[in-house]
Amino acid sequence: MTQAGYPEMQGPNCPLPISKREMVVIGHGSGGQLTHELIRDVFQSRLGNPLLNAGNDSALLDLSQALPAGQRLVVSTDAHIVSPLFFPGGDIGRLSVCGTVNDLAMMGAQPRYLTATFIIEEGFLISDLEKIVDSMAAACSEARVQLVAADTKVTEHGKSDGIFISTTGIGWARSTPRIAGDQARPGDAVLVSGPMGNHGIAIAQARGNLGFQSNVVSDTAPLNSLVGQLLAEVPNVHVFRDPTRGGLATTLVEISRQSSVTIELDEKAIPIDPPVRVACELLGLDPLYLANEGKMLVILPAEFAYTALRVLRANPLGNQAAIIGHVTERPQPQLLLKTTLGTTRVLEMLSGEMLPRIC
Amino acid sequence: MTTLTNANFRSEELTQKLVASIRAITTRPWNIMEICGGQTHAILQYGLDQLLPAGIQLIHGPGCPVCVTSLESIEQALKIARQDDVIFTSFGDMLRVPGAGQDLFSARASGADVRVVYSPMEAVKIAALNSQKKVVFVAVGFETTVPSIAQSVLHAKRNGITNFTILPANVLVPPAMHAILSSPENRVQGFLAAGHVCAVMGYWEYEPIAARYHTPIVVTGFEPVDILNGILMTVQQLEAGMHTVQNAYRRAVTREGNLTAQGIIAQVFEPVDRNWRGIGLIPLSGLGLRPEFQTFDVHEHFELGHETLAESPLCIAGSVLRGVATPHDCPAFGRQCTPGTPLGAPMVSSEGACAAYYRYQRVKA
Repeated sequence: MTQAGYPEMQGPNCPLPISKREMVVIGHGSGGQLTHELIRDVFQSRLGNPLLNAGNDSALLDLSQALPAGQRLVVSTDAHIVSPLFFPGGDIGRLSVCGTVNDLAMMGAQPRYLTATFIIEEGFLISDLEKIVDSMAAACSEARVQLVAADTKVTEHGKSDGIFISTTGIGWARSTPRIAGDQARPGDAVLVSGPMGNHGIAIAQARGNLGFQSNVVSDTAPLNSLVGQLLAEVPNVHVFRDPTRGGLATTLVEISRQSSVTIELDEKAIPIDPPVRVACELLGLDPLYLANEGKMLVILPAEFAYTALRVLRANPLGNQAAIIGHVTERPQPQLLLKTTLGTTRVLEMLSGEMLPRIC
Repeated sequence: MTTLTNANFRSEELTQKLVASIRAITTRPWNIMEICGGQTHAILQYGLDQLLPAGIQLIHGPGCPVCVTSLESIEQALKIARQDDVIFTSFGDMLRVPGAGQDLFSARASGADVRVVYSPMEAVKIAALNSQKKVVFVAVGFETTVPSIAQSVLHAKRNGITNFTILPANVLVPPAMHAILSSPENRVQGFLAAGHVCAVMGYWEYEPIAARYHTPIVVTGFEPVDILNGILMTVQQLEAGMHTVQNAYRRAVTREGNLTAQGIIAQVFEPVDRNWRGIGLIPLSGLGLRPEFQTFDVHEHFELGHETLAESPLCIAGSVLRGVATPHDCPAFGRQCTPGTPLGAPMVSSEGACAAYYRYQRVKA
């Protein structure tokens, strides 16, 4: 409030350090006042909960009552770098929560707690950081997990690329029967929770080098609700796996090797959104090798396949779920694809980076 | 003769009809080469070879631009890319092609500024935005990529963009067909000509080849129904003892081709002798810049030399590219040589015969 006749005071005129900054500076990583303010204003205000706000060196988790008998602790860690940081359908914040949540969920676990490390390049806009942390908070709330510990480091300009986020997650899962990549058995059905390749195309498009526009949006989403609902009705799941980097084909080749089985896919049954298919054809990419960040594969005894399909489709994250193949016994573990023309070919792992063809 | 007019080029029903027609008219074995790597890719992706009668053998031709780009050109590209003041631009699948030692990926990892572009015009844009850098585009590909490369040179010239140059390595299809058909070890009895190349160049160039070597040539598209239709028309000619050029890709190709594109090519480029990896020198089989565009040739700006380089002794890429051997004949195939660790170029691009075999190999029971 200014009183009539007096000029509005802007504060003392001696050169105090700038207190409100628009960019991350080295001082934000020094552990002093700036770090403190960054934690309070950007992180705690958005992700805060009693465990995080306690502000101690570690979070104390009392699991004595939370961890039910017969359950095991499940831990996973994942580093996230993505270019660009913001893309249609998500950003690095959402990705960093969903990535770790999904890694836990794929063991049949319900994630409970996350920790996060932020490596931020000097000069990064605080407003962008706020957007990223907002998006992490939204994803945590969707996945019903709490972020209980976090760390921030700042690198000199040019020594990292904007922001890297590494997250670690803790949850628990039943001890037996085990859900893992080596549990696929002949006679099992293979299901996928939705169309393949949207994340890969959305990222390529956000990089701005496709030379055309499409409306493809990344599928980045936490899958633990889907896993929870499915296990409640169909406990006999053998394998969950999210086909991220390397896509559906690489993931199923891994499973076929881990379980020493052959997996046969029906190309016609694999859901792929038409814009993704068209983009792939224009660019010479194969949707079966594109990354997904909100889809999962489910392998379980064939007699439960239709129940599983119904449960998956009842959840918006799985409303385009499909039965795409089955597990058989063959002398050599491999992934086979029955093509739309009825012929059969072998699918291999993606080798190196997927490169668009010349013509 | 089947003429395609509808859009259902992956129809199972049409596929089956065409396969039945091919079976019905085939009385003896025939070797048919599909020139284009894109067709090889589609044949193995859809398993079309599994549908054909046993006697019809498809030979995968040298139509993969990555595969036939000479070792010398790759080494020159690496040499240029490693210079400090260079932004090196390339189509994506060139980056994994092994030179004598490194590939462009490893050059990039060692600090070279190597960028993937989808069109040479992007390279010109990069040049306009980075006037203090030399921006080089490696001009590879068949007649299909040439119009856009010629256009980018014209654009740079018109706009006074002098820091843009190309490493000319484009190649032409008809001289390669001559080389294959005149070779004493040739097994090819009929050709599927590459539809996209013909969309640009037309197919009048192939008429003298068909007549001279008594070999039918059918302009063929890339979808399963297109390819089977091309095979059917080729077998019909072979069975009837005919050797003409026919067009099974009428929705994209005319006899004259795209005259505007041909005009742009002729304005900027002229035929030159070129080395093909695995095949050797083929006279007048490449495109070089015309004298008035020489300043856009990277050789004018760098001392690159002309070393003679040796391929891995294990690799039989040359025989595969000439259609004399299949990838399964190679002792290194799938063992020392995989898409992750390619010994030769056909294992690199998804259009390369070896990579296509590796990825889409038949199911061995």
